[in-house]
Amino acid sequence: MSTVPEELRYSKEHEWVRVDGDVAVVGITHFAQEQLGDVVYAELPERGATVRQHATMGVVESVKAASDVYAPVSGEVLERNPKVIERPELVNQDPYGEGWMVRVRLADRGELQMLLAPAAYREHIGLNAGTGGD
Amino acid sequence: MSEAPLLRTALHAEHVALGAKLVPFAGWEMPIQYPAGILAEHRATRAAAGVFDLSHMGELRFHGGDALAALDRLVSSDIAGLAVGRARYGLLANERGTIVDDVIVYRLAPDDLLMVVNASNVAKDRAHLASRLPATVPLADESLATALVAVQGPRAAAIVEGLAGDGTAAMLAALPAFGVVRARVAGSEVIAARTGYTGEDGFELFTAAAAAPPLWQALLAAGVPMGLVPVGLGARDTLRLEARLALYGNDIDETTTPLEAGLGWTCKLDKDFCGRDAIAREKERGPARRLVGLVVEGGIARHGHAVTDGGVEVGRVTSGTYGPTVGANIALAYVPTARAAIGTALAVRIRERDVPARVVRTPWYRRTV
Repeated sequence: MSTVPEELRYSKEHEWVRVDGDVAVVGITHFAQEQLGDVVYAELPERGATVRQHATMGVVESVKAASDVYAPVSGEVLERNPKVIERPELVNQDPYGEGWMVRVRLADRGELQMLLAPAAYREHIGLNAGTGGD
Repeated sequence: MSEAPLLRTALHAEHVALGAKLVPFAGWEMPIQYPAGILAEHRATRAAAGVFDLSHMGELRFHGGDALAALDRLVSSDIAGLAVGRARYGLLANERGTIVDDVIVYRLAPDDLLMVVNASNVAKDRAHLASRLPATVPLADESLATALVAVQGPRAAAIVEGLAGDGTAAMLAALPAFGVVRARVAGSEVIAARTGYTGEDGFELFTAAAAAPPLWQALLAAGVPMGLVPVGLGARDTLRLEARLALYGNDIDETTTPLEAGLGWTCKLDKDFCGRDAIAREKERGPARRLVGLVVEGGIARHGHAVTDGGVEVGRVTSGTYGPTVGANIALAYVPTARAAIGTALAVRIRERDVPARVVRTPWYRRTV
């Protein structure tokens, strides 16, 4: 599994977005779950809630700390992933699959332009060759 | 705080080789977790065994004919009655009856006592003790020269005994809880103590810093096939909290008293020790607040979160986590004595919301022998 799949778009706050028509599936990236460590609690917006791009939409807690999850797009929450509420470890085990967080009806497709393409996200997290390291 | 460079334990290179995430802790660069992660390390310790580098802990040594009596006047528990080859948990208290540190005193020989103290308190404890000890009992700080490797979990004893030299395996196997003995393990001279901070059976092995890497490697080589994993400070915290073992700086400090913290059992009030009078007075009137265990429904309580009752703040969380073995969000908190009864419904303010919490019996985890 790629740690930055090609078919997704990314936020600088480490959320991913998979767009299908006017619906976006949202989760947090492999890099984010790795930084967090074992996720043991997740709080996600309920169906019908409105989320705004770059605003907090939920929280994931690891054993050591709580971290905000930001909405990478604006819109109405169509569904949150009940499995992640019950088994937060899915965020670690399968961040791009079973660990998805919410499905959102896009309020403004133009917002997608603000997200990062895979190459840009790789650069953002320092994955590209020649971007530093020690 | 000073920006002094972090100290490294004798096992630093081992941690790096294992891919540990290293963080500053009490002036030391310590592994918080290895690649397996905190949950896996916690579960492996409960199910099989974990090996911990605790070389940051402080070791203070007291020699001389007056050492036992002198420490008895400075530690809350019965040190005068400590037999050779035995250890006891106790508190250092000040004259106000609040907690300077929690320690374990090991009697290695009639006139040879080892006190293990929290890493963050070494300098403070030294000053506290040195100013109160008689001149006939010098205090030697062996913290930097001493490495400490703990092996904890249901298979810990078998792993350590399997590495013991001739004659010492049976001695280690027979060692009771809070027993201590000199032994040879994997070729290294160690002080082996049946103590720990996880709620599990196991050993804490004190050795010279130079002897620590081969000891660590031997424990991993022998232990990994039996399910042993290296464990960092992250899982050490979840393990100790499930077993309701207090963490100095979180649950107890110089603003808290032994009775409030539920550590009255460590205070032998029919002897004279530093802080005794204040603690005895508090016992007569009863502590105003208590450190209680909570189970929190919906979010993880963290150190510093407010405990509320009817929307009003009544206390503070001192430690909180997800308890991997308990399978619940657990916390310790100081609450007024009137709200400390088992079953009391309270709340913890997490992200501006009062999340339901209930006072429960502790420890949350107790090993089945």
